[in-house]
Amino acid sequence: MSQIHVSTTINGDPAEFLCEPDETLLDVLRDRLGLTGSKEGCGSGDCGACSVTVDDRLVCSCLMLGAEADGRDIGTIEGLAEGEHLHPLQRKFLDHAALQCGVCTPGFLVAAKALLDHNPDPSETEVRYWLAGNLCRCTGYDKIVRAVLDTAAEMKGA
Amino acid sequence: MLDKAKDAVIDREFKLVGSRPVRPDGVDKVTGRARFGADISAPGMLVGKVLRSPHAHARIHSIDIHAALQVPGVKAVVTRDDFAENAKHKDVLCNVMARDKALYEGHAVAAVAATSAAAARKALKLIKIDYDILPHVTDVDEAMRDDAPLLHDDMITSGVDPAPEKPSNVARRFEFGHGDVDDGFAKADVVIEREFKTEAAHQAYIEPHACLASLTEDGHGELFCCTQGHYAVRDICASLCGLEVSKLRVTASEIGGGFGGKTTVFLEPLALVLSRKTGRPVKMVMSRDEVFRASGPTASTSSSIKIGATRDGRITAGQGEFRYQGGAFTGSPVQFGAMCAFACYALDNVKTVGYDVVTNRPKQAAYRAPGAPMAAFAVESVIEELAVKLGIDPIEFRLKNAAQEGDKSSYGPTFPRIGLIETLEAAKAHEHYSAPLGPNQGRGVASGYWFNFGGATSVSLNIHPDGTVALVVGTPDIGGSRASMTLMAAEELGIPYDKVNCIVADTASLGLNETSHGSRVTFASGLATIEAARNAKTEMCARAAMIWEISEEAVTWEDGHAKPAGANAGDFEPMSLADIAKIAEKTGGPISGHFEKNPAGAGASFATHIVDVEVDPETGRVEVKRFTAVQDAGKAIHPSYVEGQFQGGAVQGVGWALNEEYVYGPDGKMQNAGFLDYRVPVCSDLPMIDTVIVEVPNPGHPYGVRGVGETGIVPPMAAVANALSAAAGVRMTELPMSPPKVLRAIDDTRPSIAAE
Repeated sequence: MSQIHVSTTINGDPAEFLCEPDETLLDVLRDRLGLTGSKEGCGSGDCGACSVTVDDRLVCSCLMLGAEADGRDIGTIEGLAEGEHLHPLQRKFLDHAALQCGVCTPGFLVAAKALLDHNPDPSETEVRYWLAGNLCRCTGYDKIVRAVLDTAAEMKGA
Repeated sequence: MLDKAKDAVIDREFKLVGSRPVRPDGVDKVTGRARFGADISAPGMLVGKVLRSPHAHARIHSIDIHAALQVPGVKAVVTRDDFAENAKHKDVLCNVMARDKALYEGHAVAAVAATSAAAARKALKLIKIDYDILPHVTDVDEAMRDDAPLLHDDMITSGVDPAPEKPSNVARRFEFGHGDVDDGFAKADVVIEREFKTEAAHQAYIEPHACLASLTEDGHGELFCCTQGHYAVRDICASLCGLEVSKLRVTASEIGGGFGGKTTVFLEPLALVLSRKTGRPVKMVMSRDEVFRASGPTASTSSSIKIGATRDGRITAGQGEFRYQGGAFTGSPVQFGAMCAFACYALDNVKTVGYDVVTNRPKQAAYRAPGAPMAAFAVESVIEELAVKLGIDPIEFRLKNAAQEGDKSSYGPTFPRIGLIETLEAAKAHEHYSAPLGPNQGRGVASGYWFNFGGATSVSLNIHPDGTVALVVGTPDIGGSRASMTLMAAEELGIPYDKVNCIVADTASLGLNETSHGSRVTFASGLATIEAARNAKTEMCARAAMIWEISEEAVTWEDGHAKPAGANAGDFEPMSLADIAKIAEKTGGPISGHFEKNPAGAGASFATHIVDVEVDPETGRVEVKRFTAVQDAGKAIHPSYVEGQFQGGAVQGVGWALNEEYVYGPDGKMQNAGFLDYRVPVCSDLPMIDTVIVEVPNPGHPYGVRGVGETGIVPPMAAVANALSAAAGVRMTELPMSPPKVLRAIDDTRPSIAAE
């Protein structure tokens, strides 16, 4: 089985790679491109730790083939901050102590950014349902929800 | 000089402790830079994969690896033949790689290293194993029966006198208590007896087990892995692989959750032996399916509880029998369950008996307050039922019987200063406790206890010439502990938080540290940090004394400065830590502080939880509407992370109460080994989790700290069951209280159609 050549955009930069036809986008990101910020918690789309955006749509990268990234615009946790400036969500997660172990955090941040891009003024219920595809075992979600709501309030005020 | 007597004065004013700064590892964790177990690679690295038993119980006649080795890219296969017998870690070895029998579905039977995951997977399929399938047992009560399939022919129950003549699946019997329970029950006006069952729950950390191992022919090894205790990993791996401890250097990666489940080894010895056999680094990562089938979970249990009380609400006797299965090997946490069961109460007559049982399930691993939540579910359910029957407010009933300083605990020792009553009073006073409830809603309360623990601890603290401080600890940071350590060091030294940098050292760089478990880190590493800082302060005072040419006793440390202790000591300009550090080379060399001991006096933590649930009478679905967790932290160093522990424990308990369970088919195979079917609570299942931090200082810690990590999972299951009982009038005695079970219970209370 020969490898597939893929041309794509990752976090705004052009990227090319070869991958196996059955290789997931998550494996490509982690093992071929060194972007290990996206995590594999389940490999079945149940935990959201591998969340990325594909053309601004929130996707579990473990459920997408690397080959399908061709011509798409992929966004990962590594692209959330702009240079040395953290995204407001990243700052609020730190201020609210919205992480304990931190392994689910990249997925939550990517998912929360996709939420705020779609809906800049979500209710608590909307935040909870949007993030229901991201599992966190440490925090009980309380501080995560607060951090997202606080970010929305700050960005709205800005 | 430094006033050690200050230790006794715990109501001191803190400058930094109690504040909420950003954690030092925070930016790495929100940017994706933090390196977890699977995030490291090495040049020339191979991929390791494990072949696991498809059978719940089977004798392994032969293993043929010939065809697997022919697969292009496959470099080595290891089986039981690659590990020598090991008397010290017999069960760990047998769990890591099956010996004569596969004892549960998922038990490792072989492992492969190859140049790609695809090659490794192909090789696994070509390993031929000749199994003789044996009868199996997965239920704890069935495993205790005389006719149950035997897992170990040589298992004679210990703790029974005289010793049984025949082997059984009961590894050990424990008994705790004092007084005469029969006498106590005779004095009771009301006695309630109930049977309970709880299913196994997995720790369900989001990061699967992962490691990268490199081991040379001459026995030099390096291991990078996600673990709560890299020193324990080192010691076990060195033993299983025949290595000298000093030659195996283990680095703990960032850890993506553990909750007790990452306190032992699974992949690590396999990766090391594969690396030795191939001469190349080997990386191994579990799939989620493997995590469920082959690591963790906690024990499933059954128990029998009997409690009696007088009409005025005094408990006269408490009795419990607890039966815990801990998977295929001895070591279920039934001992802790039996010890914690009645620990909240001051009882004249109490007796608990525990049976540690083996079944054809994965070897249980510790899970947050191991053993205590199941016992508390049973006991606290009966306590609530008694209170209701006696017409006494449930918190009042607990207050009437609550254990306090000087009481003999139900498992033996006399309690020092503890904070159960304070948590009950705080819960009673909380607005939540008297808030109105809606239709189909009910409120429940439960209390919980966990011992907490000290253990071997080493800390190093180095004062740098630029006035900053390196704090080197050896307890993996599983929930923000580097922030707490930094706060304590900065507080003690009197310097800003951002002048201290805390790291978790590898096993070669710092003395022994017990694993990050037992809620010990903020207590023990924290105490060690404070003591190390005090050592450094003593040395800095000595340097100032040398410069000022006065005696060391005439110098004191205050607000980050060495100062003359009083007017008689002389008139010298105070020297800051940075001033002293800058010229340390000229005054005697580097300055550092150390601590290497086993701190005692961990200080138990009690909690009381209030929960409101709403029950859908048509579906049996239970929704948590409001939750308040009240717990004694002794002293909250970083309150945000203390709250986080309360909240996380509460929600894990909610999951265990309502959803989470290992589902076994008649074939002894787990039927729900994935997050879709093993359903942990998600964001939309829950309300905010309110917290109240009670601070009853622990006299065993210089700042009063009690560990807070574990107690929070002890009360929730009973609290939810009690709320459900109040909401729907049904007493649930089996976990999880999933919709079908709740609906059945509700239906049983309705008059049948035929009767109408």
